[in-house]
Amino acid sequence: MSNRIDVKKTYKLFINGAFPRTESGRTYEVKNAKGVFIANPCLASRKDLKDAVVAARAAQHGWNKATAYNKGQILYRLAEMLEGRRAQFVDEIVTVTGVSKAKAEKEVTDSVDRLVWYAGWTDKISSLSGALNPVAGPYYNFTIPESMGVIAAIAPETPSLLGLIDSIAPIIVGGNTVVVLASTKAPLSAISFAEVIATSDVPAGVINILTGKKDEITPWMASHMDIDGLDISGLGAKKHAEVKTAGTENLKRIYSFKSADPGRILAFMENKTVWHPIGL
Amino acid sequence: MEEKLSFEYAPAPESRALVTIKPKYGHFIGGKFVAGSKHFPTINPATEEVLSQISLAGKADVDAAVKAARKAYTTTWSKMSGKERGKYLFRIARIMQERSREFAVLETLDNGKPIRESRDVDVPLAAAHFFYHAGWADKLEYAGLGTTPKAHGVAGQIIPWNFPLLMLAWKVAPALAAGNTVVLKPAETTSLTALLFAEVCQQAELPAGVVNIVTGDGSTGALIVNHPGIDKIAFTGSTEVGKIIARAVAPTNKSVTLELGGKAANIIFEDAAIDESVEGIVNGIFFNQGHVCCAGSRLILQESIADEVIEKLKNRMAKIRVGDPMDKNTDLGAINSKEQLLKIRELSAAGDSEGAQRWSAPCDLPGKGFWFAPTIFTGVTQAHRIAREEIFGPVLSVLTFRTPQEAIDKANNTPFGLSAGIWSEKGSKVLWASQQLRAGVIWANTFNKFDPTSPFGGYKESGWGREGGRHGLSAYLKGVSHE
Repeated sequence: MSNRIDVKKTYKLFINGAFPRTESGRTYEVKNAKGVFIANPCLASRKDLKDAVVAARAAQHGWNKATAYNKGQILYRLAEMLEGRRAQFVDEIVTVTGVSKAKAEKEVTDSVDRLVWYAGWTDKISSLSGALNPVAGPYYNFTIPESMGVIAAIAPETPSLLGLIDSIAPIIVGGNTVVVLASTKAPLSAISFAEVIATSDVPAGVINILTGKKDEITPWMASHMDIDGLDISGLGAKKHAEVKTAGTENLKRIYSFKSADPGRILAFMENKTVWHPIGL
Repeated sequence: MEEKLSFEYAPAPESRALVTIKPKYGHFIGGKFVAGSKHFPTINPATEEVLSQISLAGKADVDAAVKAARKAYTTTWSKMSGKERGKYLFRIARIMQERSREFAVLETLDNGKPIRESRDVDVPLAAAHFFYHAGWADKLEYAGLGTTPKAHGVAGQIIPWNFPLLMLAWKVAPALAAGNTVVLKPAETTSLTALLFAEVCQQAELPAGVVNIVTGDGSTGALIVNHPGIDKIAFTGSTEVGKIIARAVAPTNKSVTLELGGKAANIIFEDAAIDESVEGIVNGIFFNQGHVCCAGSRLILQESIADEVIEKLKNRMAKIRVGDPMDKNTDLGAINSKEQLLKIRELSAAGDSEGAQRWSAPCDLPGKGFWFAPTIFTGVTQAHRIAREEIFGPVLSVLTFRTPQEAIDKANNTPFGLSAGIWSEKGSKVLWASQQLRAGVIWANTFNKFDPTSPFGGYKESGWGREGGRHGLSAYLKGVSHE
């Protein structure tokens, strides 16, 4: 029993529903709180980001077109899959961050519950933010929130799983697709969460996960002309000005968030107003 | 015999006796008109007559305006109940209605737009914006931003020359209703109605400093954008300037809304009501001389009806009355400035040189002033500059399509996303197309309609945020979770 050799996992990226290694061949070492080696995750390159954006763009139309009911069920399925693998996530969080088992369990519980909460928003957000506008004329006039497109996100360093969920779920609730950069120091939860995604009927390309360095990838995200919005909640405040400035080239919508609320979903949705005459 | 049955319109000029234009204007700061130092002329673009001398605000003027706005915010406006704030806005709306003809005449003289449009569109809508937002002032806790939404403080607002008074109303009304005070800069070529609005503020007894108006050019705008005493920037204008503002503000804590350029597709499906569509095309591109950010400047025609629509369109365009903006029968007025006229000519020349076919309505253009005949280009491809760049004039680029999906792909093939038009008698197709188009405002079987209750604003590089409705109001309130 004790002399069995563990079968360790190779931690790879998650792009377009597959688990490729970084095209750059680069990796970095993840160590636990005591400095013991744990894994060699990918150090994603600019090309990996481009590939992820291409996948996200291709998936966006289909995901947006899925009914709110369907999107809600898929998000709920993520919660179901995560619930079933609680032990694995607790282990990984404890191993990498050195927190107590109780604290790790709470994070996983909160993550499952947060997914359930977001799942319920898909078919309610437009009635919260939409409007029938009483214009002064014979026109039927309504405003509805719509997906913005491809959104990139920088997940916070900690909590590495719950923070990742908050970086992904509100964006896809709105019909967007996402490219998220996971916690650099604690990326294992993110890569394992990709396995949850892969078994939850999330269409390929809707969620793409990169691992690597914030300082390297964030400027590439900010200047990428096919990314419509950027969530920089996981980026240190000192870097915000630089990223926001770089993002003006295509007038990217760039925000950071402090909490999970409907505003976080609506931040990456556009409001569309439609007019039509009324008459015989 | 039939050819001789033509109906000529007798001149029907509006009287300009309604307005008194001072020979020289200063700024409106802290409730008073204060003299400016440097001046520049403002002209009537239809005659090139100098109407008045406008002050060019420098640093000291902008500082004084921001200081007055801050003082009014801290001592008066932020302490006043929403109910009382709202009453001031209702007063403003009423006074604008009372003086509406005066505003319309002044707008037409300074801007060059037909009196019919300033009288029937710009001014009534401006008053409606104040009336609508007045009612929000005591209901902010129901605006969906939590129970205690807060104003930003001092808003710096920079507006364009195409709808001078209306853009002022879009900016000032929600800002004041939400409890902000403002420093507003009208466009360099069209300051007069903003200065008349300052008189309305005085008549309404609006507390001093709540509205401050400084006139000037881009250098004045830059002073506002970069002023550390301003909490929120709202800008309407070109995408080029919008990006400069976005860059300037990115490292600061200022909140920003931008309403920028467009290159709207106006899609005519083969099952559209053709005559109504032709009217919609004309309204889409020739309303306000095409000086409209949401103008339907790319006509996307289904191939099967293209010849018929273009023939009817040319026929209709030949009947557009171009000329004296003060004539109540005029459809198309003067181009707002020489600079804009040169830009329209330059882009039109690019249309010729890149291989599109130009056709302009036969009309006699006045000898003085800035004029451009209503023009269409056929045979336009998606790569042509006239299909990609905002011309901001009475110039329409015509493209064709075979399948509905091709129409959508062409319509969305632009970095802009402000507006779009759809013409079809089939309800399901209209709704399908309205879902597919990546634009903030979709006009189906109509075009260029605006209302204070109806959020307006763009996707992509057409801007940040909305104006009008609850969505527009929220741009002037804090209370959202993100920054």
